[in-house]
Amino acid sequence: MNTNGHKDVIEVTDLRRVYGGGFEAVRGITFSVDRGELFALLGTNGAGKTSTVELLEGLAPPTAGRVRVLGHDPYEERAAVRPHIGVMLQEGGFPSELTVAETVRMWAGCTSGARPVEEALEIVGLGKRSGVRVKQLSGGEKRRLDLALALLGRPEVLFLDEPTTGLDAEGRQGTWELVRELRDAGTTVLLTTHYLEEAEDLADRLAILHEGRIAATGTPEEVTASQPSRIVFDLPDGYFLGDLPPLAELGVTDHEAVGRTVRLRTHELQRTATRLLVWAERARVELGGLDIRSASLEEAFLQIAREASGATKAAPEGPRSGATARKGAAV
Amino acid sequence: MSTVTSARTGASAGTTTSVGRVAALARAELTLLSRTKATLVAALFVPLVLPLTTRSAIDDMDLEGAGLSVGSVLLPASIGFSLLFAVYSSLVSVYAARREELVLKRLRTGELRDLEILAGAALPSVVIGLVQCVVLVLACTALLDVGAPEAPHLAVLGLLLGLVMWPALAALVASFSKSVEGAQVAAMPLLLVSMLASGTIAPLEVMPDRLAAVCELLPLTPVITLLRGGWTGNLSGYDTLGAVATAVAWTVLAVFAVQRWFRWEPRR
Repeated sequence: MNTNGHKDVIEVTDLRRVYGGGFEAVRGITFSVDRGELFALLGTNGAGKTSTVELLEGLAPPTAGRVRVLGHDPYEERAAVRPHIGVMLQEGGFPSELTVAETVRMWAGCTSGARPVEEALEIVGLGKRSGVRVKQLSGGEKRRLDLALALLGRPEVLFLDEPTTGLDAEGRQGTWELVRELRDAGTTVLLTTHYLEEAEDLADRLAILHEGRIAATGTPEEVTASQPSRIVFDLPDGYFLGDLPPLAELGVTDHEAVGRTVRLRTHELQRTATRLLVWAERARVELGGLDIRSASLEEAFLQIAREASGATKAAPEGPRSGATARKGAAV
Repeated sequence: MSTVTSARTGASAGTTTSVGRVAALARAELTLLSRTKATLVAALFVPLVLPLTTRSAIDDMDLEGAGLSVGSVLLPASIGFSLLFAVYSSLVSVYAARREELVLKRLRTGELRDLEILAGAALPSVVIGLVQCVVLVLACTALLDVGAPEAPHLAVLGLLLGLVMWPALAALVASFSKSVEGAQVAAMPLLLVSMLASGTIAPLEVMPDRLAAVCELLPLTPVITLLRGGWTGNLSGYDTLGAVATAVAWTVLAVFAVQRWFRWEPRR
Protein backbone atom coordinates (compact mmCIF):
# COMPACT_ATOMS: atom_id res chain seq x y z
CA MET A 1 0.00 0.00 0.00
CA ASN A 2 1.35 3.35 -0.97
CA THR A 3 0.27 6.33 1.05
CA ASN A 4 3.04 8.62 -0.12
CA GLY A 5 0.91 10.76 -2.40
CA HIS A 6 -0.27 13.13 0.30
CA LYS A 7 1.55 16.34 1.01
CA ASP A 8 -0.28 16.84 4.27
CA VAL A 9 0.67 13.84 6.35
CA ILE A 10 -1.56 14.93 9.22
CA GLU A 11 -4.76 16.88 8.71
CA VAL A 12 -6.91 17.99 11.61
CA THR A 13 -10.16 19.83 11.03
CA ASP A 14 -12.46 21.29 13.73
CA LEU A 15 -11.44 18.54 16.10
CA ARG A 16 -13.36 18.15 19.36
CA ARG A 17 -13.07 15.69 22.19
CA VAL A 18 -15.53 15.55 25.06
CA TYR A 19 -14.95 13.00 27.80
CA GLY A 20 -17.64 10.88 29.40
CA GLY A 21 -18.00 13.24 32.35
CA GLY A 22 -18.74 16.14 29.99
CA PHE A 23 -15.27 17.71 30.13
CA GLU A 24 -14.39 19.28 26.79
CA ALA A 25 -10.66 18.72 26.46
CA VAL A 26 -10.32 19.67 22.78
CA ARG A 27 -12.54 22.50 21.60
CA GLY A 28 -12.37 22.71 17.84
CA ILE A 29 -8.80 22.80 16.56
CA THR A 30 -7.52 22.80 13.00
CA PHE A 31 -3.97 22.34 11.76
CA SER A 32 -1.96 20.29 9.29
CA VAL A 33 1.54 18.87 9.18
CA ASP A 34 3.48 18.49 5.94
CA ARG A 35 5.62 15.52 5.05
CA GLY A 36 9.01 15.71 6.72
CA GLU A 37 7.96 18.52 9.01
CA LEU A 38 8.47 18.66 12.76
CA PHE A 39 5.37 20.08 14.39
CA ALA A 40 5.13 20.82 18.11
CA LEU A 41 1.99 21.12 20.20
CA LEU A 42 2.97 23.35 23.06
CA GLY A 43 0.90 23.90 26.14
CA THR A 44 0.62 23.74 29.90
CA ASN A 45 -0.56 20.58 31.64
CA GLY A 46 -4.25 20.22 30.91
CA ALA A 47 -4.15 22.29 27.71
CA GLY A 48 -5.40 19.31 25.68
CA LYS A 49 -2.12 18.10 24.13
CA THR A 50 -2.45 14.42 25.04
CA SER A 51 -6.18 14.40 24.34
CA THR A 52 -5.40 15.67 20.84
CA VAL A 53 -2.51 13.31 20.17
CA GLU A 54 -4.54 10.30 21.24
CA LEU A 55 -7.08 11.14 18.55
CA LEU A 56 -4.29 11.40 15.95
CA GLU A 57 -2.92 8.04 17.08
CA GLY A 58 -6.36 6.50 16.64
CA LEU A 59 -6.74 5.46 20.26
CA ALA A 60 -10.19 7.03 20.44
CA PRO A 61 -12.71 8.47 17.99
CA PRO A 62 -13.16 12.26 18.01
CA THR A 63 -16.43 13.63 19.39
CA ALA A 64 -16.62 15.83 16.32
CA GLY A 65 -14.38 16.97 13.50
CA ARG A 66 -12.02 15.11 11.25
CA VAL A 67 -8.57 13.56 11.53
CA ARG A 68 -6.54 12.17 8.65
CA VAL A 69 -3.13 10.56 8.99
CA LEU A 70 -1.49 9.59 5.70
CA GLY A 71 -4.89 10.10 4.12
CA HIS A 72 -6.74 7.68 6.40
CA ASP A 73 -8.96 7.92 9.46
CA PRO A 74 -6.59 6.64 12.16
CA TYR A 75 -9.43 5.22 14.29
CA GLU A 76 -11.67 3.65 11.66
CA GLU A 77 -8.83 2.56 9.35
CA ARG A 78 -6.38 1.49 12.01
CA ALA A 79 -4.90 -1.33 9.94
CA ALA A 80 -4.01 1.06 7.10
CA VAL A 81 -2.31 3.61 9.33
CA ARG A 82 -0.58 1.69 12.11
CA PRO A 83 2.21 0.03 10.10
CA HIS A 84 3.40 3.50 9.08
CA ILE A 85 3.38 5.31 12.41
CA GLY A 86 5.40 5.14 15.60
CA VAL A 87 3.91 6.18 18.92
CA MET A 88 5.52 7.21 22.16
CA LEU A 89 2.90 7.57 24.86
CA GLN A 90 3.24 9.98 27.73
CA GLU A 91 3.60 7.13 30.18
CA GLY A 92 5.36 3.83 29.55
CA GLY A 93 3.05 0.86 29.43
CA PHE A 94 5.52 -1.95 29.77
CA PRO A 95 5.11 -5.07 31.90
CA SER A 96 7.52 -4.42 34.77
CA GLU A 97 8.75 -8.01 34.99
CA LEU A 98 9.99 -8.27 31.39
CA THR A 99 13.57 -7.37 30.53
CA VAL A 100 14.35 -4.54 28.14
CA ALA A 101 15.24 -6.95 25.33
CA GLU A 102 12.12 -9.08 25.93
CA THR A 103 9.96 -5.97 25.73
CA VAL A 104 11.48 -4.90 22.42
CA ARG A 105 11.26 -8.46 21.07
CA MET A 106 7.56 -8.61 21.89
CA TRP A 107 6.96 -5.30 20.16
CA ALA A 108 9.06 -6.36 17.17
CA GLY A 109 6.82 -9.39 16.72
CA CYS A 110 3.88 -6.99 16.39
CA THR A 111 5.60 -4.46 14.12
CA SER A 112 5.99 -4.70 10.34
CA GLY A 113 9.54 -4.25 9.12
CA ALA A 114 10.95 -4.08 12.62
CA ARG A 115 14.63 -3.28 13.21
CA PRO A 116 16.70 -5.93 15.00
CA VAL A 117 16.34 -5.68 18.79
CA GLU A 118 20.00 -4.76 19.37
CA GLU A 119 19.89 -2.00 16.76
CA ALA A 120 16.78 -0.46 18.30
CA LEU A 121 18.38 -0.43 21.74
CA GLU A 122 21.66 0.99 20.42
CA ILE A 123 19.85 3.89 18.78
CA VAL A 124 18.52 5.11 22.12
CA GLY A 125 21.63 4.16 24.09
CA LEU A 126 20.13 1.26 26.01
CA GLY A 127 22.38 -1.38 24.49
CA LYS A 128 24.02 -2.21 27.78
CA ARG A 129 20.72 -2.46 29.65
CA SER A 130 19.06 -5.13 27.51
CA GLY A 131 19.04 -7.79 30.24
CA VAL A 132 17.61 -5.52 32.93
CA ARG A 133 14.00 -5.81 34.08
CA VAL A 134 11.86 -2.81 33.14
CA LYS A 135 10.96 -2.17 36.79
CA GLN A 136 14.64 -1.51 37.53
CA LEU A 137 15.02 1.19 34.86
CA SER A 138 15.15 4.85 35.82
CA GLY A 139 12.42 7.17 34.61
CA GLY A 140 14.69 8.47 31.87
CA GLU A 141 15.62 4.98 30.72
CA LYS A 142 11.94 4.07 30.48
CA ARG A 143 11.36 7.09 28.24
CA ARG A 144 14.22 5.95 26.01
CA LEU A 145 12.81 2.41 25.88
CA ASP A 146 9.50 3.93 24.80
CA LEU A 147 11.34 5.86 22.10
CA ALA A 148 13.04 2.65 20.94
CA LEU A 149 9.64 1.00 20.48
CA ALA A 150 8.28 4.04 18.63
CA LEU A 151 11.24 3.86 16.22
CA LEU A 152 11.20 0.08 15.84
CA GLY A 153 9.24 -0.05 12.59
CA ARG A 154 11.09 2.85 10.89
CA PRO A 155 7.86 4.88 10.90
CA GLU A 156 6.99 7.56 8.35
CA VAL A 157 5.14 9.48 11.02
CA LEU A 158 6.24 9.70 14.61
CA PHE A 159 4.03 10.82 17.51
CA LEU A 160 5.99 11.80 20.60
CA ASP A 161 3.97 12.74 23.67
CA GLU A 162 6.30 14.67 25.99
CA PRO A 163 9.35 12.68 24.93
CA THR A 164 11.82 14.34 27.30
CA THR A 165 9.76 14.65 30.48
CA GLY A 166 11.77 13.01 33.24
CA LEU A 167 15.05 13.06 31.32
CA ASP A 168 18.15 14.79 32.65
CA ALA A 169 19.84 17.52 30.59
CA GLU A 170 22.10 15.05 28.81
CA GLY A 171 19.28 12.65 28.03
CA ARG A 172 17.21 15.51 26.69
CA GLN A 173 19.99 16.66 24.38
CA GLY A 174 20.40 13.07 23.17
CA THR A 175 16.71 12.75 22.39
CA TRP A 176 16.67 16.10 20.59
CA GLU A 177 19.60 15.07 18.45
CA LEU A 178 17.88 11.80 17.58
CA VAL A 179 14.62 13.54 16.71
CA ARG A 180 16.51 16.00 14.48
CA GLU A 181 18.26 13.15 12.69
CA LEU A 182 14.95 11.41 12.08
CA ARG A 183 13.42 14.61 10.76
CA ASP A 184 16.42 15.15 8.49
CA ALA A 185 15.95 11.60 7.19
CA GLY A 186 12.39 12.54 6.17
CA THR A 187 10.32 11.38 9.12
CA THR A 188 7.29 13.52 9.91
CA VAL A 189 7.25 14.24 13.63
CA LEU A 190 4.47 15.53 15.85
CA LEU A 191 5.59 16.15 19.40
CA THR A 192 3.92 17.61 22.42
CA THR A 193 5.87 19.42 25.08
CA HIS A 194 5.55 21.88 27.88
CA TYR A 195 9.20 22.84 27.56
CA LEU A 196 9.34 26.06 25.55
CA GLU A 197 12.98 25.54 24.77
CA GLU A 198 12.20 22.18 23.22
CA ALA A 199 9.56 23.60 20.89
CA GLU A 200 11.72 26.62 20.01
CA ASP A 201 14.79 24.52 19.18
CA LEU A 202 13.19 21.59 17.40
CA ALA A 203 9.98 22.62 15.72
CA ASP A 204 9.61 23.75 12.14
CA ARG A 205 6.17 24.92 13.11
CA LEU A 206 4.22 24.88 16.33
CA ALA A 207 0.82 25.51 17.79
CA ILE A 208 0.26 26.82 21.27
CA LEU A 209 -2.68 25.03 22.84
CA HIS A 210 -4.57 26.71 25.60
CA GLU A 211 -7.67 25.23 27.21
CA GLY A 212 -8.36 23.01 24.23
CA ARG A 213 -7.97 25.73 21.59
CA ILE A 214 -5.09 26.84 19.41
CA ALA A 215 -4.05 30.25 20.72
CA ALA A 216 -1.25 30.82 18.19
CA THR A 217 0.38 28.90 15.39
CA GLY A 218 3.24 29.33 12.93
CA THR A 219 7.01 28.96 12.88
CA PRO A 220 8.67 29.74 16.22
CA GLU A 221 9.87 33.01 14.64
CA GLU A 222 6.39 33.95 13.46
CA VAL A 223 4.88 33.25 16.85
CA THR A 224 7.51 35.28 18.66
CA ALA A 225 7.65 38.06 16.04
CA SER A 226 4.24 39.29 17.03
CA GLN A 227 5.49 39.70 20.58
CA PRO A 228 7.41 42.73 21.91
CA SER A 229 11.01 42.57 23.14
CA ARG A 230 11.63 43.88 26.63
CA ILE A 231 14.12 45.87 28.65
CA VAL A 232 14.23 45.68 32.41
CA PHE A 233 16.39 47.83 34.71
CA ASP A 234 16.41 49.53 38.10
CA LEU A 235 16.10 53.31 38.17
CA PRO A 236 19.21 54.96 39.58
CA ASP A 237 18.84 56.59 43.02
CA GLY A 238 17.27 60.02 42.83
CA TYR A 239 15.73 59.40 39.39
CA PHE A 240 12.08 58.94 38.53
CA LEU A 241 10.33 57.54 35.51
CA GLY A 242 9.69 61.06 34.30
CA ASP A 243 13.44 61.74 34.16
CA LEU A 244 13.84 59.29 31.30
CA PRO A 245 13.51 60.57 27.73
CA PRO A 246 9.84 60.50 26.55
CA LEU A 247 9.06 56.78 26.22
CA ALA A 248 7.22 57.12 22.92
CA GLU A 249 10.34 58.61 21.38
CA LEU A 250 12.29 55.57 22.51
CA GLY A 251 9.86 53.33 20.64
CA VAL A 252 8.38 51.90 23.81
CA THR A 253 4.89 50.51 23.34
CA ASP A 254 4.15 49.64 26.93
CA HIS A 255 5.78 50.04 30.31
CA GLU A 256 5.35 49.18 33.94
CA ALA A 257 7.22 50.25 37.07
CA VAL A 258 7.23 48.20 40.24
CA GLY A 259 9.18 49.93 43.03
CA ARG A 260 12.38 51.04 41.32
CA THR A 261 12.23 48.33 38.66
CA VAL A 262 11.14 49.50 35.23
CA ARG A 263 9.97 47.16 32.49
CA LEU A 264 9.72 48.49 28.92
CA ARG A 265 8.22 46.64 25.94
CA THR A 266 9.17 47.52 22.38
CA HIS A 267 9.00 46.22 18.85
CA GLU A 268 12.17 48.14 17.93
CA LEU A 269 14.65 46.71 20.39
CA GLN A 270 17.78 48.21 18.87
CA ARG A 271 16.39 51.78 18.72
CA THR A 272 14.95 51.65 22.22
CA ALA A 273 18.06 50.11 23.75
CA THR A 274 20.43 52.50 22.00
CA ARG A 275 18.55 55.62 23.05
CA LEU A 276 18.16 54.40 26.61
CA LEU A 277 21.87 53.59 26.93
CA VAL A 278 22.95 56.82 25.31
CA TRP A 279 20.74 58.68 27.78
CA ALA A 280 22.30 56.77 30.71
CA GLU A 281 25.83 57.45 29.38
CA ARG A 282 25.14 61.18 29.10
CA ALA A 283 23.47 61.32 32.51
CA ARG A 284 26.40 59.32 33.92
CA VAL A 285 24.15 56.86 35.70
CA GLU A 286 24.33 53.13 36.11
CA LEU A 287 21.25 51.08 35.16
CA GLY A 288 21.32 48.30 37.75
CA GLY A 289 20.00 44.85 36.90
CA LEU A 290 19.91 45.73 33.19
CA ASP A 291 18.32 42.94 31.17
CA ILE A 292 17.71 43.40 27.44
CA ARG A 293 15.90 40.54 25.82
CA SER A 294 14.45 40.00 22.36
CA ALA A 295 11.02 38.41 22.08
CA SER A 296 11.08 34.76 23.11
CA LEU A 297 8.61 31.99 22.85
CA GLU A 298 8.33 32.14 26.61
CA GLU A 299 7.22 35.77 26.49
CA ALA A 300 4.81 34.90 23.68
CA PHE A 301 3.47 31.97 25.60
CA LEU A 302 2.86 33.92 28.78
CA GLN A 303 1.28 36.75 26.84
CA ILE A 304 -1.05 34.39 25.00
CA ALA A 305 -1.99 32.64 28.22
CA ARG A 306 -2.73 36.03 29.81
CA GLU A 307 -4.85 37.16 26.91
CA ALA A 308 -6.72 33.89 26.68
CA SER A 309 -7.76 33.48 30.27
CA GLY A 310 -7.25 36.81 32.03
CA ALA A 311 -4.06 37.95 33.68
CA THR A 312 -4.86 36.74 37.19
CA LYS A 313 -5.24 33.11 36.20
CA ALA A 314 -2.52 32.71 33.64
CA ALA A 315 0.57 33.89 35.44
CA PRO A 316 0.93 31.14 38.06
CA GLU A 317 0.04 28.49 35.46
CA GLY A 318 2.82 29.53 33.13
CA PRO A 319 4.90 26.92 31.38
CA ARG A 320 8.11 25.60 32.78
CA SER A 321 11.00 27.23 31.06
CA GLY A 322 14.08 25.27 30.14
CA ALA A 323 15.92 26.40 33.24
CA THR A 324 13.27 25.22 35.67
CA ALA A 325 12.86 22.01 33.77
CA ARG A 326 16.52 21.20 34.01
CA LYS A 327 16.49 21.70 37.73
CA GLY A 328 13.57 19.41 38.35
CA ALA A 329 14.51 16.59 36.08
CA ALA A 330 17.65 14.87 37.33
CA VAL A 331 17.02 11.14 37.14
CA MET B 1 4.67 -17.94 7.73
CA SER B 2 8.02 -16.28 8.08
CA THR B 3 6.56 -13.87 10.60
CA VAL B 4 6.07 -16.51 13.24
CA THR B 5 9.71 -17.44 13.05
CA SER B 6 10.77 -13.85 12.98
CA ALA B 7 8.55 -13.18 15.98
CA ARG B 8 10.66 -15.78 17.67
CA THR B 9 13.97 -14.26 16.69
CA GLY B 10 12.65 -10.76 17.19
CA ALA B 11 14.09 -9.52 13.91
CA SER B 12 11.18 -9.34 11.55
CA ALA B 13 11.60 -7.85 8.12
CA GLY B 14 8.22 -8.41 6.50
CA THR B 15 4.66 -7.51 7.28
CA THR B 16 3.24 -8.98 10.45
CA THR B 17 0.40 -11.48 10.44
CA SER B 18 -2.31 -12.05 12.96
CA VAL B 19 -0.76 -15.36 14.04
CA GLY B 20 2.68 -13.81 14.35
CA ARG B 21 1.44 -10.93 16.48
CA VAL B 22 -0.54 -13.16 18.82
CA ALA B 23 2.45 -15.49 19.11
CA ALA B 24 4.81 -12.63 20.01
CA LEU B 25 2.42 -11.40 22.66
CA ALA B 26 1.72 -14.88 24.05
CA ARG B 27 5.41 -15.54 24.35
CA ALA B 28 5.93 -12.41 26.43
CA GLU B 29 2.87 -13.28 28.50
CA LEU B 30 4.21 -16.77 29.18
CA THR B 31 7.50 -15.25 30.37
CA LEU B 32 5.53 -12.97 32.68
CA LEU B 33 3.44 -15.85 33.98
CA SER B 34 6.57 -17.81 34.83
CA ARG B 35 7.76 -14.79 36.85
CA THR B 36 4.56 -14.29 38.81
CA LYS B 37 4.90 -17.11 41.29
CA ALA B 38 1.60 -16.68 43.14
CA THR B 39 -0.47 -16.79 39.97
CA LEU B 40 1.55 -19.68 38.64
CA VAL B 41 1.07 -21.80 41.76
CA ALA B 42 -2.65 -21.04 41.84
CA ALA B 43 -3.00 -21.88 38.18
CA LEU B 44 -0.90 -25.05 38.17
CA PHE B 45 -1.60 -26.77 41.46
CA VAL B 46 -5.03 -25.75 42.76
CA PRO B 47 -6.92 -27.52 39.96
CA LEU B 48 -4.84 -30.66 40.46
CA VAL B 49 -5.12 -30.73 44.25
CA LEU B 50 -8.70 -29.57 44.68
CA PRO B 51 -10.29 -32.77 43.26
CA LEU B 52 -8.54 -34.87 45.92
CA THR B 53 -10.09 -32.82 48.72
CA THR B 54 -13.61 -33.14 47.29
CA ARG B 55 -13.24 -36.86 46.82
CA SER B 56 -14.54 -37.75 50.30
CA ALA B 57 -17.59 -35.52 49.87
CA ILE B 58 -18.40 -37.23 46.61
CA ASP B 59 -17.93 -40.67 48.18
CA ASP B 60 -20.71 -39.86 50.67
CA MET B 61 -23.27 -38.97 48.02
CA ASP B 62 -26.00 -41.22 46.77
CA LEU B 63 -24.62 -41.29 43.25
CA GLU B 64 -25.80 -44.68 42.14
CA GLY B 65 -29.39 -43.61 42.71
CA ALA B 66 -28.73 -40.84 40.15
CA GLY B 67 -26.93 -43.19 37.78
CA LEU B 68 -23.45 -41.72 38.35
CA SER B 69 -20.09 -43.01 39.48
CA VAL B 70 -17.31 -41.33 41.45
CA GLY B 71 -15.21 -40.96 38.34
CA SER B 72 -17.95 -39.44 36.22
CA VAL B 73 -18.48 -36.77 38.87
CA LEU B 74 -14.87 -36.14 39.79
CA LEU B 75 -13.47 -35.84 36.25
CA PRO B 76 -15.84 -33.09 34.99
CA ALA B 77 -15.49 -31.34 38.35
CA SER B 78 -11.70 -31.37 38.01
CA ILE B 79 -11.85 -29.94 34.51
CA GLY B 80 -14.28 -27.32 35.81
CA PHE B 81 -11.81 -26.33 38.55
CA SER B 82 -9.09 -26.07 35.94
CA LEU B 83 -11.21 -23.67 33.88
CA LEU B 84 -12.01 -21.65 36.99
CA PHE B 85 -8.50 -21.38 38.46
CA ALA B 86 -5.99 -21.86 35.64
CA VAL B 87 -8.00 -19.91 33.06
CA TYR B 88 -10.64 -17.62 34.58
CA SER B 89 -9.10 -16.53 37.87
CA SER B 90 -5.56 -16.06 36.58
CA LEU B 91 -6.76 -14.18 33.49
CA VAL B 92 -8.81 -11.73 35.55
CA SER B 93 -5.52 -10.79 37.25
CA VAL B 94 -3.59 -10.68 33.99
CA TYR B 95 -6.07 -8.39 32.21
CA ALA B 96 -6.33 -6.08 35.21
CA ALA B 97 -2.54 -5.95 35.70
CA ARG B 98 -1.86 -5.17 32.03
CA ARG B 99 -4.51 -2.48 32.05
CA GLU B 100 -3.18 -0.82 35.20
CA GLU B 101 0.40 -0.91 33.87
CA LEU B 102 -0.92 0.79 30.68
CA VAL B 103 0.32 -2.19 28.69
CA LEU B 104 -3.05 -2.62 26.98
CA LYS B 105 -3.10 1.03 25.95
CA ARG B 106 0.44 0.73 24.65
CA LEU B 107 -0.41 -2.41 22.67
CA ARG B 108 -3.39 -0.62 21.12
CA THR B 109 -1.07 1.97 19.54
CA GLY B 110 0.46 -0.77 17.42
CA GLU B 111 -0.66 -3.07 14.66
CA LEU B 112 -2.42 -5.55 16.97
CA ARG B 113 -6.19 -5.71 16.69
CA ASP B 114 -8.16 -5.60 19.94
CA LEU B 115 -9.10 -9.27 19.77
CA GLU B 116 -5.46 -10.22 19.14
CA ILE B 117 -4.41 -8.39 22.30
CA LEU B 118 -6.96 -10.24 24.40
CA ALA B 119 -6.18 -13.56 22.72
CA GLY B 120 -2.41 -13.16 23.05
CA ALA B 121 -2.72 -12.40 26.74
CA ALA B 122 -5.06 -15.36 27.24
CA LEU B 123 -3.15 -17.94 25.22
CA PRO B 124 -0.65 -19.17 27.85
CA SER B 125 -3.42 -19.61 30.45
CA VAL B 126 -5.68 -21.36 27.97
CA VAL B 127 -2.89 -23.74 26.98
CA ILE B 128 -2.13 -24.45 30.64
CA GLY B 129 -5.83 -25.16 31.20
CA LEU B 130 -5.90 -27.47 28.21
CA VAL B 131 -2.81 -29.39 29.31
CA GLN B 132 -4.29 -29.74 32.79
CA CYS B 133 -7.46 -31.21 31.34
CA VAL B 134 -5.47 -33.79 29.43
CA VAL B 135 -3.49 -34.66 32.56
CA LEU B 136 -6.70 -34.93 34.58
CA VAL B 137 -8.35 -37.20 32.01
CA LEU B 138 -5.33 -39.48 31.97
CA ALA B 139 -5.09 -39.51 35.78
CA CYS B 140 -8.79 -40.21 36.29
CA THR B 141 -8.72 -42.92 33.66
CA ALA B 142 -5.76 -44.60 35.35
CA LEU B 143 -6.85 -44.16 38.99
CA LEU B 144 -10.66 -44.19 39.02
CA ASP B 145 -11.35 -46.60 36.16
CA VAL B 146 -13.49 -44.00 34.40
CA GLY B 147 -13.14 -45.74 31.06
CA ALA B 148 -13.15 -44.24 27.59
CA PRO B 149 -15.74 -41.52 26.91
CA GLU B 150 -18.97 -42.86 25.37
CA ALA B 151 -19.65 -39.65 23.43
CA PRO B 152 -16.27 -37.90 23.08
CA HIS B 153 -17.66 -35.22 20.76
CA LEU B 154 -19.78 -33.86 23.63
CA ALA B 155 -16.77 -33.71 25.94
CA VAL B 156 -14.67 -31.92 23.32
CA LEU B 157 -17.49 -29.47 22.55
CA GLY B 158 -17.94 -28.73 26.25
CA LEU B 159 -14.24 -28.12 26.74
CA LEU B 160 -13.88 -25.87 23.68
CA LEU B 161 -16.87 -23.75 24.65
CA GLY B 162 -15.42 -23.50 28.14
CA LEU B 163 -12.05 -22.39 26.81
CA VAL B 164 -13.63 -19.50 24.88
CA MET B 165 -16.28 -18.58 27.44
CA TRP B 166 -14.05 -18.32 30.51
CA PRO B 167 -11.35 -16.03 29.05
CA ALA B 168 -14.16 -13.78 27.81
CA LEU B 169 -15.79 -13.78 31.25
CA ALA B 170 -12.38 -13.03 32.78
CA ALA B 171 -11.94 -10.00 30.51
CA LEU B 172 -15.43 -8.80 31.37
CA VAL B 173 -14.96 -9.18 35.14
CA ALA B 174 -11.55 -7.48 34.95
CA SER B 175 -13.31 -4.43 33.47
CA PHE B 176 -15.22 -3.94 36.70
CA SER B 177 -12.20 -3.36 38.91
CA LYS B 178 -9.78 -0.55 39.57
CA SER B 179 -6.71 -2.57 40.57
CA VAL B 180 -5.24 -6.05 40.46
CA GLU B 181 -6.35 -6.69 44.04
CA GLY B 182 -9.80 -5.36 43.22
CA ALA B 183 -9.90 -7.70 40.25
CA GLN B 184 -9.26 -10.71 42.48
CA VAL B 185 -12.18 -9.66 44.67
CA ALA B 186 -14.35 -9.07 41.61
CA ALA B 187 -13.49 -12.58 40.40
CA MET B 188 -14.69 -14.26 43.61
CA PRO B 189 -18.51 -14.28 43.27
CA LEU B 190 -18.55 -16.10 39.94
CA LEU B 191 -15.77 -18.39 41.12
CA LEU B 192 -17.60 -19.42 44.30
CA VAL B 193 -21.02 -19.76 42.70
CA SER B 194 -19.53 -21.89 39.94
CA MET B 195 -17.66 -24.12 42.38
CA LEU B 196 -20.72 -24.70 44.55
CA ALA B 197 -23.65 -24.68 42.20
CA SER B 198 -22.57 -25.78 38.73
CA GLY B 199 -22.67 -29.50 39.41
CA THR B 200 -18.98 -29.73 40.19
CA ILE B 201 -18.97 -30.88 43.82
CA ALA B 202 -22.66 -31.59 44.09
CA PRO B 203 -24.14 -32.90 40.83
CA LEU B 204 -27.42 -31.22 39.87
CA GLU B 205 -29.03 -34.66 39.87
CA VAL B 206 -28.77 -34.76 43.67
CA MET B 207 -30.22 -31.25 44.11
CA PRO B 208 -33.87 -30.26 44.60
CA ASP B 209 -35.52 -29.73 41.20
CA ARG B 210 -36.16 -26.01 41.47
CA LEU B 211 -32.63 -25.22 42.59
CA ALA B 212 -31.26 -27.45 39.86
CA ALA B 213 -33.30 -25.57 37.24
CA VAL B 214 -31.63 -22.29 38.25
CA CYS B 215 -28.19 -23.85 38.51
CA GLU B 216 -28.50 -25.19 34.97
CA LEU B 217 -28.34 -21.62 33.70
CA LEU B 218 -24.97 -20.82 35.29
CA PRO B 219 -22.06 -20.51 32.86
CA LEU B 220 -20.04 -23.48 34.11
CA THR B 221 -23.01 -25.87 34.32
CA PRO B 222 -23.39 -26.65 30.60
CA VAL B 223 -19.63 -27.29 30.37
CA ILE B 224 -19.83 -29.80 33.25
CA THR B 225 -23.01 -31.34 31.82
CA LEU B 226 -21.46 -31.84 28.39
CA LEU B 227 -18.24 -33.26 29.86
CA ARG B 228 -20.13 -35.69 32.07
CA GLY B 229 -22.45 -36.61 29.23
CA GLY B 230 -19.38 -37.21 27.09
CA TRP B 231 -18.20 -39.89 29.48
CA THR B 232 -21.49 -41.50 30.54
CA GLY B 233 -23.05 -41.24 27.09
CA ASN B 234 -26.52 -41.03 28.62
CA LEU B 235 -27.24 -37.34 28.02
CA SER B 236 -30.55 -37.09 26.15
CA GLY B 237 -30.81 -35.15 22.90
CA TYR B 238 -33.00 -32.57 24.63
CA ASP B 239 -30.53 -32.10 27.50
CA THR B 240 -27.60 -31.90 25.07
CA LEU B 241 -29.36 -29.19 23.11
CA GLY B 242 -30.17 -27.31 26.31
CA ALA B 243 -26.57 -27.46 27.54
CA VAL B 244 -25.13 -26.42 24.17
CA ALA B 245 -27.61 -23.56 23.89
CA THR B 246 -26.77 -22.33 27.39
CA ALA B 247 -23.02 -22.54 26.76
CA VAL B 248 -23.26 -20.79 23.39
CA ALA B 249 -25.50 -18.11 24.89
CA TRP B 250 -22.99 -17.36 27.67
CA THR B 251 -20.08 -17.36 25.21
CA VAL B 252 -21.81 -15.01 22.78
CA LEU B 253 -22.99 -12.80 25.63
CA ALA B 254 -19.51 -12.64 27.18
CA VAL B 255 -17.80 -11.88 23.86
CA PHE B 256 -20.37 -9.19 23.05
CA ALA B 257 -20.05 -7.65 26.51
CA VAL B 258 -16.26 -7.57 26.21
CA GLN B 259 -16.46 -5.80 22.85
CA ARG B 260 -18.86 -3.31 24.35
CA TRP B 261 -17.49 -2.70 27.83
CA PHE B 262 -13.90 -3.88 28.09
CA ARG B 263 -11.74 -1.20 29.72
CA TRP B 264 -8.41 -0.67 27.97
CA GLU B 265 -7.16 2.05 30.28
CA PRO B 266 -7.22 2.62 34.05
CA ARG B 267 -9.89 4.87 35.43
CA ARG B 268 -8.50 8.28 36.21
